[in-house]
Amino acid sequence: MCRPTYYTIAYEINPWMSLKRQADSRRALAQWEALHRLLTHRLGARVRLLPPRRGVPDLVFTANAGLLHGRTLIRSNFRFAERRKEEGSIASYFRRAGFRVVTLPRRYGFEGEGDALWMRGRLLFGFRFRSDAPAHEALARLVGAEVLPVELADARFYHLDTCFCPLDNRTALWFPGAFDRYGRRVIEQLVPDLISVTERDARRFACNAVAVGRHLVIQTGISSSLARRIERRRFALHPVELSEFLKAGGSAKCLVLHLNHISK
Amino acid sequence: MASEVVQVNGHIIDSLILPKVLDEIMDLDGTFEILEVTIGKRKTDTSAARLRIHAGSQRQLNHILKRIARLGAAPLYLKDVRLRQATKDGVFPHDFYSTTNLPTDVRFRGRWRAVSRIEMDCGVVIDPSTGAARCTPIANVRKGDWVVCGTEGIKLMPLQRARAPEVFQFMGSAVSSEKPKLQLIQRLAQEMRLIRRRGEKILVVAGPALIHTGSGPYLEKLIRGGYVHVLFAGNGLATHDIESALFGTSLGVQLERGEPVKDGHDHHMRAINAIRNAGGIRQAVRRGLLKRGVMHACVVRRVPYVLAGSVRDDGPLPDTLTDVLDAQEAMRRHIPGVGLALMIASTLHAIATGNMLPATVKTVCVDINPAVVTKLSDRGTFQGIGIVSDSESFLRELTRALRL
Repeated sequence: MCRPTYYTIAYEINPWMSLKRQADSRRALAQWEALHRLLTHRLGARVRLLPPRRGVPDLVFTANAGLLHGRTLIRSNFRFAERRKEEGSIASYFRRAGFRVVTLPRRYGFEGEGDALWMRGRLLFGFRFRSDAPAHEALARLVGAEVLPVELADARFYHLDTCFCPLDNRTALWFPGAFDRYGRRVIEQLVPDLISVTERDARRFACNAVAVGRHLVIQTGISSSLARRIERRRFALHPVELSEFLKAGGSAKCLVLHLNHISK
Repeated sequence: MASEVVQVNGHIIDSLILPKVLDEIMDLDGTFEILEVTIGKRKTDTSAARLRIHAGSQRQLNHILKRIARLGAAPLYLKDVRLRQATKDGVFPHDFYSTTNLPTDVRFRGRWRAVSRIEMDCGVVIDPSTGAARCTPIANVRKGDWVVCGTEGIKLMPLQRARAPEVFQFMGSAVSSEKPKLQLIQRLAQEMRLIRRRGEKILVVAGPALIHTGSGPYLEKLIRGGYVHVLFAGNGLATHDIESALFGTSLGVQLERGEPVKDGHDHHMRAINAIRNAGGIRQAVRRGLLKRGVMHACVVRRVPYVLAGSVRDDGPLPDTLTDVLDAQEAMRRHIPGVGLALMIASTLHAIATGNMLPATVKTVCVDINPAVVTKLSDRGTFQGIGIVSDSESFLRELTRALRL
């Protein structure tokens, strides 16, 4: 994770961001601290911190830093120049931490775990708004697994992790409206137990949740029917208020990058 | 028709990327043929598919390519043409690309551009400011022109095979004097009607034998009936046509009876002299000197003609272009829009015209000498039929088939 010391809305690169709707830094910090405390104290996760840097406010959204594969980081190639400035900090941090850092060909956009999520031994790869479909071939070679590119169809859900969230090896949350019919078919064939969220819940970033074992860290304000459906599958819900980050189009998942991903 | 070969790689089967590419092509009214698909054997192996996409126009094709590019389907041939400047007037760089008569596209600054006025055995000059590519004969290249060199970034479009059997397919290019001609002429007449309806031009290339054999009146009928839009010939055809209009003879032979007339040998010189005195064929028609014949029909029906000269010409007539390069240029000006070329009883003019025609133009070569017909088909005329026949009987049947 990365502390939101310099977090602010400095530009508009997705439909959620508006320079007129500034984030409150103090509240953002408090919300982030609460999330960090929940993950480390309550859920027992070990969290490493990427040092924040002035001038790159979105560094807090570490899910987009890259994709971990063993001790290798496949570093992101950000779509927007504003976020490309993060690439140097990310690479040097991971190198110092003892990871091998590799990149995909520069001509392809690739935004890490924001667009690539493991499900049943395959890497589901969202493309169009931030990542490019042709990147999936190079990605498949690096991770040695099948990569399934699915096209994102709704600009509000510009990253795969805003509309799809694997909970365990059988279950995933998703907002079907964010995919086209091809993507929907691929996901329906891949995941045995899909929990569809309504558009209202999707807009509350319900799919941008973090699963830690049978615990699910999720944005507050999701509908009670969705909460019931998740709990029925024996997941404990941990609602967190991350409203300041919603202003930048991110929630719990965007703030976290998995370091120990095992392709199940 | 525009087409492009694209390749898409990766896990394209399970992710439905390939079906999606194919669906998008069809949704955008394109068609495709799958050239090659390699499917990975294990789950982790990637697959690859190579497709040729066809679209009605370059614009539409570009639209399709743009749409499927985001799915990772990229054109296979992405190199631009290599250009080199001509260092002298009338001289191409040593490795210039020599054209064929097939529709040709060149890729310049990332875009495919059709080469205008394609003809065989020329070079391609690109205007760097507009990107326009022009087929240029060697004599017309100027120092400093950017000439396409090598073979990269050049795409030839093979002619589409016709869906329905048509006359130009059914005869192929085999030339034989032992083929049924009547049906062929019937179908040719149909084709001529069709071409005229489509607004394309019919070009006739004719030799002087056409007048000697007495088939001038049939050609005249074709012209007056609106089936000839351009006429290419030499000094000879025009001279003998005018001779027959003024004296009723062709090279001194009376056309009606087929007998030589006394002192007829000088008729053609008198005819040339009369036209030279009038200032040209058009002036002779205007003054009422020339009242009938092929050239008269051309003038009154406003059918443009190009008379190209040669060393054995008598006179020549003032209309005859004696500089061969000028004559070639004059002929080239009339080529765009031609849909059918009818070459009758002419060897050199027919071959000269054949060289200038794009492969898309249908050609019919009629000659009594099979060697002439074969020679033209051997020179790469794709959609051609050869008819070994006397011009008189061919034109008589053709005018009858066209009900003229």
